[in-house]
Amino acid sequence: MNCEYELYDPSWCPGCGNYMIRTALKQALEELNIPPHKAVVVTGIGQAAKMPHYINANGFNGLHGRALPPAIGIKLSNKDLTVIAESGDGDTYGEGGNHFIHTIRRNINIAHFVHDNQIYGLTKGQGSPTTAMGQITTLQYEGVKIEPIKPLALSLTMGAGFVARGFSGDIPHLVELMKEAITYKGYAHLDIFQPCVVWNKVNTYQWYKDRVYKLEDDYDYTDFNAAYNKALEFGDKIPTGILYKVERETYEDRFEFIKNGQPLVDVELNPKDAQKLMKDFY
Amino acid sequence: MDYTILIGGAAGQGIETVVHLLERTIKRSGYNVFTYKNYMSMVRGGHNFMQVRFSDRPITTYKNKVDMIFALTEESVDIHKSNLKESGTILVDSDMFPEEDYYHLPLNRTAKEIGNSKIVPTIGFGAIVKYYGLDMEIAEKAVNEMFKGKVLDLNLKGLSSGYEVGENKLSLELRNDENIILNGNQALALGAISAGVKYYCGYPMTPSTSVMSYISSKASEMGILVDQIEDEVGALNMVLGASYAGVRAMTGSSGGGFALMTEAMSLAGITEIPAVIVNAQRPGPATGLSTRTEQGDLRFVIHSGHGEFPKMVISLRNPEDAFYQTTRAFNLAEKYQMPVILLTEEYLTDYMITTKPFDFDRVKIQRHLAERAEVEEGRYKRYKYTEDGISPRINPGKFEDKIVLVDSHEHNEFGNIDESIETRNKMMDKRMKKFELLSEEVQEPWQIGVDNPEVLFVAFGATYGALKEAVDELNDENQRFGALVYGDIWPFPTKLLNQIGSQAKMIITVEQNRTGQLESLINEKTKLEINNRILKYDGRPLNGDFIKEAYKKL
Repeated sequence: MNCEYELYDPSWCPGCGNYMIRTALKQALEELNIPPHKAVVVTGIGQAAKMPHYINANGFNGLHGRALPPAIGIKLSNKDLTVIAESGDGDTYGEGGNHFIHTIRRNINIAHFVHDNQIYGLTKGQGSPTTAMGQITTLQYEGVKIEPIKPLALSLTMGAGFVARGFSGDIPHLVELMKEAITYKGYAHLDIFQPCVVWNKVNTYQWYKDRVYKLEDDYDYTDFNAAYNKALEFGDKIPTGILYKVERETYEDRFEFIKNGQPLVDVELNPKDAQKLMKDFY
Repeated sequence: MDYTILIGGAAGQGIETVVHLLERTIKRSGYNVFTYKNYMSMVRGGHNFMQVRFSDRPITTYKNKVDMIFALTEESVDIHKSNLKESGTILVDSDMFPEEDYYHLPLNRTAKEIGNSKIVPTIGFGAIVKYYGLDMEIAEKAVNEMFKGKVLDLNLKGLSSGYEVGENKLSLELRNDENIILNGNQALALGAISAGVKYYCGYPMTPSTSVMSYISSKASEMGILVDQIEDEVGALNMVLGASYAGVRAMTGSSGGGFALMTEAMSLAGITEIPAVIVNAQRPGPATGLSTRTEQGDLRFVIHSGHGEFPKMVISLRNPEDAFYQTTRAFNLAEKYQMPVILLTEEYLTDYMITTKPFDFDRVKIQRHLAERAEVEEGRYKRYKYTEDGISPRINPGKFEDKIVLVDSHEHNEFGNIDESIETRNKMMDKRMKKFELLSEEVQEPWQIGVDNPEVLFVAFGATYGALKEAVDELNDENQRFGALVYGDIWPFPTKLLNQIGSQAKMIITVEQNRTGQLESLINEKTKLEINNRILKYDGRPLNGDFIKEAYKKL
């Protein structure tokens, strides 16, 4: 079976962090031996969300903020597919905030890669939910006046069983994180720092490089309190790696007919199966 | 024979219990039943009433005048006594209006003797069974099915005590019963299950919720994933994901929730993903009258979603229609790879009617999925240009060398973003070709009354039942009335309307809205002149009596 992912020419700006994320995604999927026809990349709208066009996997490039709902529908309908939801920080934490919260509650077996460049790229430089307080943007002329969201702390408190952060500037590490997220059984949240070379002059490649560090080898990622503290660490030093990983029952496993049955998409349909239900109405 | 019993009281008092028991008992005695339910948006208190009508002839609507009022509160008597026929009876507790010449029974005292004041409705039921000479065994069976354990014992005592203290006035003979009894949402849900829906998700909103709750009650048994999700925005997006993956998927809501789905409606349009979406109308704007009925969303639904793309709207006319049209909607959604909206209304979601059992042999499942041989070699073109605009559709994961890419941007045949003039024009034309093809297979409206009517009523959806009785009764006086009732309403079929309308002396639209939305469609799509209109927008369903009276006042 061919497990190689063909790439297509992207329209991203030269130097964009999306290139590295794509390289890591391709490598992660190939190293996991997942054939392209068994993987689905589901995105919303934004520069990050163009991913399905630039890598030869099944793709669902939907609406802004709405990467997660179709990803859920796909996974529940065909549990044999590897489903990766992928989008930017604005898409995921802003427009799609409600879906984000409730997807975590569900704990469906999907991997969620958030390209976090702390700015809106596609719409040209407005503040995103992760833009720092006070940062001047093309819309917030006097600086952003609301606090940024803390995505990892949020997913932790919502009960995510897998919470991690990566950096597009460290591809080998990112590949490992992606592989862990994809093979994790349940909802896996991976926030990935990436520079936006055009619209974010604050959080540059160098800015991230100066701050990110890998969690120590003896870090216990099953310790919720430790993870929570790491999730809030966002200053001169910012941790990357798996902050939290524990086993959780997945949503789909709570349904007997999904857990032990064939994928819903393979179930043969027969109208007469429903005939017995008419007994309720006599 | 044709009787109506009205049961009135406060919410939470047990009106539904009496109604359910009566419906089952009368139906199983071989009669046609039609129950009209009127609720306020309250869980407790307020004033609710329901009217159980029954006859040995088919009935499709409720009547203004009733034969019996079973009042659980004094307020119910005050509100409804003007609806009582001259020959009618008011059944009340002995202490209620003792000075009046009502059908007084010691309901409260009997309940106390049994030991539970909540048993009053069942005692009343027992008295009604006796009054009409209904079969006690059938009544007992209905009670047995409804309750369990201690509560069952109490209710059986209530039934027999009510039967004992009650008087007998009539004797309804037992007839052969082959019918089922159900409401529009149950029929719709049953249709969806029989069509093979595997994924239903939604957010609760009256009056659509009972579709989801019925399917949910059968979910494990039938292997259907029913998901209550965070909002209606997510609902349709999840359905599109599921449908893209290859299962039959469905969502439903009412106006406000449906409004939230319109973004994804447009997504279904451009991604060409099949979906079946229910909009159970209630009166707007905004929260409006949340437990009442209207046909105010017709134009909204037809035009739902930004941009131009093909979709279909089917308005449901009665529970039987709801069942078959729902099964058809799934086939059409997959054939044309587009959203199909089932437009229903609170009245239809809720009224109960006896109807012929559904014929499951009539239900055909047509998936319209492409076989391997139908897909050309090389990279899969999800949006391949074809003569009829329909591209061969496959499920992701199905074929080793094919990946499936769908996209919300304008895209080329592969599904990749493409803004070129040529692609845009070709893709728009491709999608709209499907609409042209669909227009050729839409069903003409149902015709009622005489073949070539002088007076033609035109309506859509659940107005059918009322119009059927009104036209039949008007024709009893003078054979010159007919009606067309639309089911398929977008694309708008005009053949039959033009044919019959051009011969009629007068065309009257009958709608449950303020602005005449069907009338505006007719004006847009035909050259016919609408001479008069009967509109009702107070949130209460129109019935046959209303249409007849309104016609006579024109």
